[in-house]
Amino acid sequence: MAKVIVITSGKGGVGKTTTSASFSSGLALRGNKTVVIDFDVGLRNLDLIMGCERRVVYDIINVINGEVSLKQALIKDKNCDNLFILPASQTRDKDALNLEGVARILEELKQSFDFIVCDSPAGIESGAFMAMYFADEALVVTNPEVSSVRDSDRILGILAAKSRRAVEGLEPVREHLLVTRYDPKRVNAGEMLSVTDIQEILRIPLLGVIPESESVLKASNSGTPAIHLDKSDVADAYRDVVGRFMGEDLPMRFVAEKAGFLKRLLGGR
Amino acid sequence: MSIEIPAFKIKTGTLPVLQLHILTTDMAQLKEQLALRLKLTPDFFASTPIALELSAIAESGAGLDYAELAAFMLEHGMCAAGVVGGSAGQRAAAVRAGLGLFTDAPARNIPKRDADQAPTVVHVVELHEQPELPGFSGGAAENQPADPPMAQAVAETPPVRATMVIDRPVRTGQRIYAEGGNLVVLAIVNAGAELIADGDIHVYAPMRGKAIAGAQGNEAARIFVQGMEAELLSIAGCFKVFEEGIPENVRGKPARVHLEGSRLLILPLMH
Repeated sequence: MAKVIVITSGKGGVGKTTTSASFSSGLALRGNKTVVIDFDVGLRNLDLIMGCERRVVYDIINVINGEVSLKQALIKDKNCDNLFILPASQTRDKDALNLEGVARILEELKQSFDFIVCDSPAGIESGAFMAMYFADEALVVTNPEVSSVRDSDRILGILAAKSRRAVEGLEPVREHLLVTRYDPKRVNAGEMLSVTDIQEILRIPLLGVIPESESVLKASNSGTPAIHLDKSDVADAYRDVVGRFMGEDLPMRFVAEKAGFLKRLLGGR
Repeated sequence: MSIEIPAFKIKTGTLPVLQLHILTTDMAQLKEQLALRLKLTPDFFASTPIALELSAIAESGAGLDYAELAAFMLEHGMCAAGVVGGSAGQRAAAVRAGLGLFTDAPARNIPKRDADQAPTVVHVVELHEQPELPGFSGGAAENQPADPPMAQAVAETPPVRATMVIDRPVRTGQRIYAEGGNLVVLAIVNAGAELIADGDIHVYAPMRGKAIAGAQGNEAARIFVQGMEAELLSIAGCFKVFEEGIPENVRGKPARVHLEGSRLLILPLMH
């Protein structure tokens, strides 16, 4: 049975699209037929990060409006045979999405794919709502700072109350925490929240920690998902994330911490 | 996310009220002596609400024209607000005349009928109003067994509602309202979340959001939390925020919150 996974965060700029690109690539590298959908209609970025922006002819809105078939709009990834990209429209806005259209596309994709990764836009408006509504699992991307954690908390609340699984009274959406742009040095200096601090607030299982790295910016600019980088912490971290998602028991790397910021802030005991 | 700014509050209060003890049902005599007394201090009663105390004439059961008396009092600057005591018939007549019914204050200072004394006595007592709010029952102890049962407007006891129990995290932006009852939360309540209950609130986890108990004015409502890290605490509209942080003795610890007068007290749950 195909799984729908939403990559979401609430806050912008925390690494949703970077994660969508690397996570879907990682799933595909393991032999899973995977499609990644850009829900950020009007501000499409996924095609840039995946390096396929010059091959975009049709997009998700064309498919929803019935102008082209899904097959015509899907773009095959240049790095992985099992990976396809469904780009967002640059010229439309989020109102062009509707639940029936999205439901139809997902149903059709479920026939031929193992994993459907939905890259959510920031915010809690209709675009983000469409991306999360049909999710079976959610990767909540959070930076180690208070406002990002707060926004993730809000998204988790919406997932628990307004997703299809919540509305129809099914088993709740499975939630995973992914902490990105993590810098243990700054955590130790008390400038950032620690993973423990974040988990203490959000209370969902930790899927992985992606270290802060300049290579992410380079990868984005060159149109190569970070997971393909050689000798990179970030690539290793994303591979661990995919491994854990597939059920492997891997030790948590790139986390070295002492008592965190929040603990000091609240005084502890 | 923002709390609506309330347009009004219903609260109970204990106010001193002047009582005019009526010792006769002879309207002419009453008026004459009242006029005489009021002439001595013309401005003393300016717009003062007065409760007519009827216990001395309750047994006689005789009627009195309350509308006429109220109009006469108003001419002299006294504002008849309602009646205290009296027989059922007398109270019903007072209601028809547009007066309110005070619940009986404990019987005291009922002067003996004395022909030599002026038949009117004015003195101040503490009058305990009965609250008419959900969560309170309206039955006050009867202090005048000689009286027939009074036709009192007693607020019906509201139906008991089941306690609302939440066992999942309450996250920022979520608002939970336990209408007419108590709220129990078994999971974490995060900053930016709101718990509202007309009754008590219990949180058996860290509490970092807002807790608003006694939302409809129940001053007896209480809040209990296992880890006090709240942003805002409120009981019956009396609230507290923690700009300077939560007091050391309860921060992050089990705590209880209740109202004492108009002061919100936050105390450790264990000593």
